[in-house]
Amino acid sequence: MNNLDMTLYRRRRLKNRAAMVLSVGAAGAGMVALVWILATLFLKGASGVSLSVLTQMTPPPGSDGGLLNAIFGSVVQTLIATLIGTPVGILAGTYMAEYGRNTKLTMVVRFINDVLLSAPSIVVGLFVYEIMVQPMGHFSAWAGSVALAILVLPVVVRTTEDMLLLVPDSLREAASALGAPRWMVIQRVCYRAARAGLITGTLLAVARVSGETAPLLFTSLNNQFWSTNMNAPMANLPVVIFQFALSPYEDWQRLAWVGALLITLTVLFLNIIARSLSKPSGGER
Amino acid sequence: MNDHAPGQSTTMQSRPNVELMKTELSDPVAEALREKVSVRNLNFFYGDYRALKDISLPLYDRKVTAFIGPSGCGKSTLLRILNRMYDLYPGQRAEGEVLLDGENILDPKADLNLLRARIGMVFQKPTPFPMSIYDNIAFGIRLYEKVPKSEMNDRVEDALKRTALWDEVKDKLQSSGLGLSGGQQQRLCIARSIAVRPSVLLLDEPTSALDPISTAKIEELIYQLKVDYTIAIVTHNMQQAARAADFSAFMYLGELVEFGTTDQVFTHPREQRTEDYITGRFG
Ligand SMILES: Nc1ncnc2c1ncn2[C@@H]1O[C@H](COP(=O)(O)OP(=O)(O)OP(=O)(O)O)[C@@H](O)[C@H]1O
Ligand SMILES: [Mg+2]
Repeated sequence: MNNLDMTLYRRRRLKNRAAMVLSVGAAGAGMVALVWILATLFLKGASGVSLSVLTQMTPPPGSDGGLLNAIFGSVVQTLIATLIGTPVGILAGTYMAEYGRNTKLTMVVRFINDVLLSAPSIVVGLFVYEIMVQPMGHFSAWAGSVALAILVLPVVVRTTEDMLLLVPDSLREAASALGAPRWMVIQRVCYRAARAGLITGTLLAVARVSGETAPLLFTSLNNQFWSTNMNAPMANLPVVIFQFALSPYEDWQRLAWVGALLITLTVLFLNIIARSLSKPSGGER
Repeated sequence: MNDHAPGQSTTMQSRPNVELMKTELSDPVAEALREKVSVRNLNFFYGDYRALKDISLPLYDRKVTAFIGPSGCGKSTLLRILNRMYDLYPGQRAEGEVLLDGENILDPKADLNLLRARIGMVFQKPTPFPMSIYDNIAFGIRLYEKVPKSEMNDRVEDALKRTALWDEVKDKLQSSGLGLSGGQQQRLCIARSIAVRPSVLLLDEPTSALDPISTAKIEELIYQLKVDYTIAIVTHNMQQAARAADFSAFMYLGELVEFGTTDQVFTHPREQRTEDYITGRFG
């Protein structure tokens, strides 16, 4: 080899090094941030974890308490939001992928749905405040559930349409060729082929709304006491965290960390389930 | 497939003439021929594109008819008209008549689901449903019949035995149909089609993705099924057409060039284009 080749080679090796260092550094920075967040959460949150978190209500400042009413409120409102948002979303997605493919209505709905998908959640909160809280004259768990349902909806619509479009037409033709009516083809064959994807989409939607604060701030607000009344304000983890974390009281702040840890673990758990579900479907067709 | 006298070919004119065939065939076997499906002056359009031009031909009861011709000549299109599969897609339309037992199936008032239950179809690529082997076959039966569990078991077993799949899957009926090999999946799809007891079976290149052993099994199956079913098969494999079919139709650019007994089409083609294609000079 002559000298010219060597300098060229060295320069390339240097560039290669630099590129590698930069990308490893970037990946590392992301990892560090994530681990830092999780570690802080565990350090600050775990120390506050005790049985009373699950058995007692949110306390007034300076006294002992837990998060029971907030946990209950979050579960109930997320559940109702899912029960409202998922069926509507699946039906809409089914229309778009199965009945109205390439129709104008589908294109309009898809566009609006994409807008909704990226709409700031605080806008949704204000919207529900206007249509429900204002007319009713008070905050309520119903309003909170509706606000969350509006956030669940576009995610479910989107995944349903995408997952059904992945089902090959040859499968629909094969079922139709046996004399199956359209609704049966969809229900027995298409839904089943897309099942893992549909469940994953729903789980991710639930994970997404379970940490939403802004829409609940305007709708169900908060409730210091145990309440199962859907027509009254209801406690929920995100708003409690928001309120407690900003407060000057140490015991409130400790509970806020516990709440944050709980939400994070829930989201992590939902994501892991969604992950493991979407894997086997990759092996199928 | 050699049960027709070779002499009959001389009695046919250059355009396939259904009436002529029926009246002028002399040997007793041929006289028993009954038209199960009659295609008459059929035109087909994908939007503005005319994919089939004035097709007329019969499918005889309990005979195998092969459709041959170069890629894109309209074989699949023709098959998909016979069970009105094209109806799933807007913008596709057919003109003319297709009679099934004397009834026009192109009639807009025809009940599509009932029609498709009577005319089974197997596609080029295997299309097992994402459910168990058992349910793949029970699916079609449950659509139109209410059968008790024990009879259902018998029907499933019978369909699997006829497709020579039973021995391979009898111990894993509850496992997914997607877990079978390509050839097994294709036989499963054929089993699924015959389990609902249609009267006509449409096969669109059923063996094009299969190895020689699976292919041989399916050809054997076609031979056996002929006893009960009227079969139309699309194939690019000349030997397969010659082996499996009683009648053959050669299509070219959306036209029916020649229709006759397989013997006649393969040994004394009336049209130059047919001869060129069969001998491999184009296509
Ligand atoms: N969905 C469609 N839209 C528009 N044109 C189509 C469509 N399907 C088929 N065609 C056209 O119709 C003609 C016939 O197609 P067809 O699929 O029937 O051919 P074929 O004989 O089955 O070919 P092959 O042997 O390759 O399967 C072709 O020119 C094809 O391009
Ligand atoms: Mg084809």
